[in-house]
Amino acid sequence: MQGAPMVKAEGVHKNFGRLEVLRGIDLEVLPREVMCMIGPSGSGKSTFLRCINHLEKIDAGRLSVDGELVGYRQQGDKLYELHDAVVCRKRSEIGMVFQRFNLFPHMTALENVIEAPIRVKKEGRTVAIERARRLLERVGLAEKVKAYPNQLSGGQQQRVAIARALAMQPKLMLFDEPTSALDPELVGDVLDVMRGLAEDGMTMVVVTHEMGFAREVGDSLVFMDGGVVVEAGKPKEVLTKPQHERTRTFLSSVL
Amino acid sequence: MADAVTRPATIKAIPVRHPGRWVAAVVVLAIAASVLYTIATAIQDNVTAAGPGWVTVRHYLFNRLILQGIIVTLELTVLAMVIGIILGVILAVMRLSPNPVVSSVSWLYVWFFRGTPVLVQIFFWFNLNLVLPHIGIGIPFTSIWWQVGTNTLITPFMAATLGLGLNEAAYMAEIVRAGMISVEHGQTEAAQALGMDRLLVMRRIVLPQAMRVIIPPTGNETISMLKTSSLAFAASVTELFTRQQQIATATYAVLELLIVASLWYLLMTSILTVGQYYLERYFGRGTQRGLPLTPFQRFRRILVTFHAPPPSPTEVPLVLPSEHR
Repeated sequence: MQGAPMVKAEGVHKNFGRLEVLRGIDLEVLPREVMCMIGPSGSGKSTFLRCINHLEKIDAGRLSVDGELVGYRQQGDKLYELHDAVVCRKRSEIGMVFQRFNLFPHMTALENVIEAPIRVKKEGRTVAIERARRLLERVGLAEKVKAYPNQLSGGQQQRVAIARALAMQPKLMLFDEPTSALDPELVGDVLDVMRGLAEDGMTMVVVTHEMGFAREVGDSLVFMDGGVVVEAGKPKEVLTKPQHERTRTFLSSVL
Repeated sequence: MADAVTRPATIKAIPVRHPGRWVAAVVVLAIAASVLYTIATAIQDNVTAAGPGWVTVRHYLFNRLILQGIIVTLELTVLAMVIGIILGVILAVMRLSPNPVVSSVSWLYVWFFRGTPVLVQIFFWFNLNLVLPHIGIGIPFTSIWWQVGTNTLITPFMAATLGLGLNEAAYMAEIVRAGMISVEHGQTEAAQALGMDRLLVMRRIVLPQAMRVIIPPTGNETISMLKTSSLAFAASVTELFTRQQQIATATYAVLELLIVASLWYLLMTSILTVGQYYLERYFGRGTQRGLPLTPFQRFRRILVTFHAPPPSPTEVPLVLPSEHR
């Protein structure tokens, strides 16, 4: 875990109309790092995650991924908006997993996984299918290749969603509360897959409520509230010896 | 689950009787029969050159001119719907475009073509040569110029097809737009996060899912178009309705030929209804656990269950009707 940061945020602000959702976020995610973000709902964690792949536009500050600004190009001291095609290409290098899975219901598991590699990366069909099968096997769904999303349990759907994101061979993975919509007994399988990814050295930003996962897998933990980072550090330290009153109240209510 | 041996006997209760339903059925049937009988005998008594009424109906049912009219009706319907659907999809995608020029053009199109009667539009295309005797295209400031007489380009059939198709496109645009809006926004986001651009998201993710919502009203539009195509008489296109009227005027068998035409229209709409059912089934894949049976499959199952004993409780596969996850 070293070198130039994969994600770097400096004073990132975001408002929806009058509502300020992010009020100056500063943080860095190093390559191969797993950063977990916790905090009450409405604290801006998900919004920040969505800013990283430009699903939301930031209003102030600087946000860069792998050394390049998100959504803009800087020339001199002027910022130029990026063309849609460039935004799309940059997004294709960042994987995202959603709380509600958002699998494409009209496609089988395999078709979900090969769609973007074939259409966006213009990969050959055989190559894409080959990798998709390997990925589905890796998330433990080798025999569900032909199943449609509604024939799968929530946990299985989320694992297909992870395979779909990995199929683009991203340099960064974003997880937006990946286990929050799952029945308790299905959470473990998804977390196991994510743990495996972390061990393989994937850079990950994980918005989660799973404190156990944050403690065991996370390299760093960020506690957000009211659109700012209240506390950040090693997961064990933040979870066991929180420095701020707000963090203590939150942790005592969820642990 | 309880052991099959200890399972109590299946309930065999005597169903509630509904005598009222039987009385109502008899009354309705009696009224329907008397009305039909009155009309049927009245038609039969109306003797034409071809014989009694129903003989006349049979005589003209497969008349060569009628059959030719049917072909024209089908051609008009298919062509107008093809224009309508293709242009409708394009207009709907344009309407949802972030580009204000593109979306305004789409809005204006729908406003105009939905706001004027289709009969007027057919007349317009048919009579275009009155104000515009030649239609041409060319590149300004050059001598490259191509032109053709309006009546050569827009034949009566063409005028009717254009009138019906361009009008239909306005309605289809709204149907397609409604379908695309109905697709959950998370789908668009997931596709964007994978790096897909706007048109790719529309084509591969949103439109296929919108089809489930788009197809029923489109089937409706097609059936409607089959009958609206009779307005092509305004451009003197000899489709089914015009043909029957020509024969009726010549033979005074007015009601008989209306029956002939109605029978054919009914047959064609029935075929379309069946086609729509199978299309809906195709695009409904992935939305239900296992697709519903086709009528043919259902019929076969009835035959099988008639002859086979009901399955014993232990044989019933445990498929819980769990909610849509």
